[in-house]
Amino acid sequence: MKPHLKPEDAVKLIPDGARLMIGGFMGVGSPHRLLEALAQSGKRNLTVIANDTARPGVDIGKLIRAGAVSKLIASHIGLNPETQKGMISGEIDVELVPQGTLVERIRAGGYGLGGVLTKTGLGTIAADGQQTVEIDGELWLLAKPLKADFALIAADQADYSGNLQYQLTSTNFNPIMALAGATVICEAREILPIGMIPPDVVKTPGVVVDYLIERAA
Amino acid sequence: MKPEEIIQRRVARELKPNSLVNLGIGLPTGVAKFIDEHDNILFESENGIVGLAAKPPEGMDDPDLTDAGGGTVSAIPGAATIDSAYSFGLIRGGHLDATVLGALEVDEEGLLANWVVPGKMVPGMGGAMDLVTGARRVIVAMNHTARGAPKIVPKCTLPLTSIRRISLIVTDLAVIEPTDEGLVLRERAPGVTVDQIVAATSAKLVIDGDVPEMDLGVAA
Repeated sequence: MKPHLKPEDAVKLIPDGARLMIGGFMGVGSPHRLLEALAQSGKRNLTVIANDTARPGVDIGKLIRAGAVSKLIASHIGLNPETQKGMISGEIDVELVPQGTLVERIRAGGYGLGGVLTKTGLGTIAADGQQTVEIDGELWLLAKPLKADFALIAADQADYSGNLQYQLTSTNFNPIMALAGATVICEAREILPIGMIPPDVVKTPGVVVDYLIERAA
Repeated sequence: MKPEEIIQRRVARELKPNSLVNLGIGLPTGVAKFIDEHDNILFESENGIVGLAAKPPEGMDDPDLTDAGGGTVSAIPGAATIDSAYSFGLIRGGHLDATVLGALEVDEEGLLANWVVPGKMVPGMGGAMDLVTGARRVIVAMNHTARGAPKIVPKCTLPLTSIRRISLIVTDLAVIEPTDEGLVLRERAPGVTVDQIVAATSAKLVIDGDVPEMDLGVAA
């Protein structure tokens, strides 16, 4: 059986200054209780790699409001004015990355690749300071891999061994991040006995999951 | 007819039967209202769904079934959900037939700026750069002007979304196609004159002979 923790105990594993990947798309498919506990824990100087920061005070937005984040790598912050304010004032160092490039950088990190080549962003300010590669006369932009100390992900169902399945659009970045975090903590909506999730339905095998968050009391 | 309905109805007629289409949040989303059901057009959203449908009634929505703005939606029978890497494989890999999105500026070369106003508005590009770079057709759907100021300009002053030329511009006044020869004025909105379009556009337009009125499928 996978080690299982209450959210408030799971966040004790995370030190100040840690580099976190957090699943979710506008909070959909984010580990809600884990983020609440993390925001309450008073952590500082976290680096967050995520698609977005949701809305003010919601999910990843809770970490922004708590002043826990000093660096953010994301594709979109338009629906969270608090993040934009932090970016403009210099409190949060924000690196904006095209969404498809962001997920490929995370995938490259988890899959053991040295990077990926993409046309996205080529010739725009999103490519400033980045390396281009010419292959057979065609120009590509090099997107470098991303890794993290922790991946905080959400799933629809987990079994006791940490096998995960996802539901509808709450899948998003979660299965990709599950390979790119050194320690993977998953908050599932439901935890089931081993064998109840058919092998073909498991999208993230339990071998890459380190901890499960216990269900709400 | 409201300006946005003119745009949405005209864009709807641009979408081909059996195609896979991404609609941006806001005005482009409304294009779906004017699609002929029999055309079997599939809508997708970059957060990971192929076969997106309109929002269900209040109380029937699922918080795990959303569009790229995070709002709840529904799905058609036969829909498929995918992770973000696969989603952008569809978009970047040439599997998406068309994307419809808004613009801050489009210029004479057919280049688009739609993701940032430096120092003022920093929403981030989200999936826009991948969509404009990867979709087979890129259709810009927007009001012709913003508070009276032209949005179709000689050269974009805002940071570009892609260095790839877009396919078509549909506004409340006109349909304009970027070509090697420049921006060709293809159609006028009902009751709008060529002179009115030229006056509302700071970019040079190529006007060749009579410019027909848009066919919206209904009386305007």
